[in-house]
Amino acid sequence: MTDTVKFGLSRRSVLAAGLAGASTLAMPTVLRAQDRSLKVGVYGGYFKDSFDKHIFPEFTSATGIAVESIAEPTGEAWLVQLEQAARAGQAPADLSMMSQVAMLKGQSTNLWTPLDLSKVADADKVLPQFINSYPDGKVAGVGAVAWYITLVSNTESYPEAPESWAFMWDPANEDKLGLLALVSNSFLLEVTAKTFFGGTDVLDTDEGILQVMEKLAELKPNVRLWYRDEAQFEQALKSGEIPMGQYYHDVTGLAAADGFPVRSTFPKEGGILDSGCWALSRASEKGDEAHEFINFMTQPSMQKLMSLKVGTAPTLKRDTLDMTDAEFASVSSDIDPVIPRYDLYSTKSDWLNQKWTELIVG
Amino acid sequence: MRRNPPQKPADYLPIAFPAAMLALFFVVPFGIMVAISVFKRVQGGFYEPAFTLDNYARFLTPFFGEVLMFSLALAAIVSVVCLLIGVPFTYLLTRIGRRYQVLWLITLLAVLSLSEVIIGFAWSTLLSRTAGLSNFLVFLSIMDKPEAWTPGFGAVMTGLVYQAFPYTVLVLYPAFSRLDPSLMEAARTLGSSPLRAFWNVVLPIMRKTLLATFIIVFIFALGAYLLPQILGRPQHWTLSVLVTDQAIYQSNMPFAAAMAVFLVLSSLFLVGLSILVSEKKGIGTP
Repeated sequence: MTDTVKFGLSRRSVLAAGLAGASTLAMPTVLRAQDRSLKVGVYGGYFKDSFDKHIFPEFTSATGIAVESIAEPTGEAWLVQLEQAARAGQAPADLSMMSQVAMLKGQSTNLWTPLDLSKVADADKVLPQFINSYPDGKVAGVGAVAWYITLVSNTESYPEAPESWAFMWDPANEDKLGLLALVSNSFLLEVTAKTFFGGTDVLDTDEGILQVMEKLAELKPNVRLWYRDEAQFEQALKSGEIPMGQYYHDVTGLAAADGFPVRSTFPKEGGILDSGCWALSRASEKGDEAHEFINFMTQPSMQKLMSLKVGTAPTLKRDTLDMTDAEFASVSSDIDPVIPRYDLYSTKSDWLNQKWTELIVG
Repeated sequence: MRRNPPQKPADYLPIAFPAAMLALFFVVPFGIMVAISVFKRVQGGFYEPAFTLDNYARFLTPFFGEVLMFSLALAAIVSVVCLLIGVPFTYLLTRIGRRYQVLWLITLLAVLSLSEVIIGFAWSTLLSRTAGLSNFLVFLSIMDKPEAWTPGFGAVMTGLVYQAFPYTVLVLYPAFSRLDPSLMEAARTLGSSPLRAFWNVVLPIMRKTLLATFIIVFIFALGAYLLPQILGRPQHWTLSVLVTDQAIYQSNMPFAAAMAVFLVLSSLFLVGLSILVSEKKGIGTP
């Protein structure tokens, strides 16, 4: 084989090109070469791009601390990586934006360094539900942003916006839905409970959960895609391949603004409200920088900027924000949201996961 | 080359390096996995060292049994399909000019440079209703309206076969290109049709290569976790998908490890079984 194939390139040029290529790829997103720096993990893709473009440069110019942004995978995958790394004394990111389920799991292994709220000037303006605390009262994470998962649809396939989550159960929607594949990130148990069982209290008992799952099982013929990867659904929603499903309000809004035929609807039962906290890995040595970062990001002006540029909902009290009602409404809703039952995902996670897998695979 | 078995410890030296590498990169990680599989899961947290068989007990249910069976069957079907296409393809490939052979091989190698993610997304687009191949068939008036061919079993198979096919050809190619053409000529002179000669002469000589290829593709397909997710429905998720779910999303390393141990053991068992069967049958063949 080697005798018959002759390359026109010299070994040296191939090596040089490879080296140049590799170093381009390995180059992290460093905004400015500074003495002080902080590695910050945010969800990869559109989220990270918006932060890199609009949010992190503000912090760097205000404090002189360079931000190296790390694309973190969705779900709890990042938690597992942080945990494994922390066991080896490494911190792939100093601060990470963590969703609630991941926050709680990290708290149970003391993954997060307790934060000092006295170093966060606007801490008192943060809505209490967005401050995560250890059982002993130490603060594990401070709310970064909140986001809604709503009922999204393709405007060409569905000229009329759906009004209720119950519409997903309509037999006319056979093979048309895209839903999140995991019990702990889809929050479909809560949605089903609020839509058909009058609230999430039914999830207090195992029997209640099984009852809700039975109702959810009726949805299976309508589901074309159970997605773990957001890109998988986003693409299919834009093209109309999968014309309806649950998705993030912020990203859908951006896609609509870009001219794609998609819409995000807050159903009358409410959108699912989830949030991300800034949390500091116990393996990190950048505690001071991390506090400065959280202090900066918690300012009302920054919360507003994130809402306008990233499309997330603020984690501060409404009256502390200098936002017009229209601005606020574009990232939030007056309808009482579906609040995930985070307690279930730490106390019953294995049982729930097993039943859920049997529900959708079986 | 010396053929007599090693006499002194020094005779084993040449294999010391590969043995050390194998130990370092296979035996040690596998050992760690087995160890973790008996560790205690801390619900809502991580895991702590212990000795418990709970993780194995959780696996021994009809539900996981079905998933395991499906994974093994899927891998076997992928291997068979790859061989069915790969054997005639490679045989014909070795019969054409050297230039074209190289071209074909480079094309196949190029497929290997594609990541599983790209292959998955490419096929899901190709098989979709809005942008897929069925639109082309509608254009040719073969179909009335475009259809979605993904997700489904066919889509999973297509993706896996596409991904495993280059390996099939690469393993088959050396054996087929070394095949003595005079064997076929002899069969033809003795009155065999080309097809009959291929069936009666070429395939029996190739039995060991075919088995080796089958095993390689089988194990390769068994580890697939991305394509079944992207191209399949939940009932087409392989055990590897569930292992990934447990390890990555549920942070349940002990259970993921226990499932992986089951997967490795059952594939080792099947591979051992097929080698045993072929050796019994293989009496009298080279």
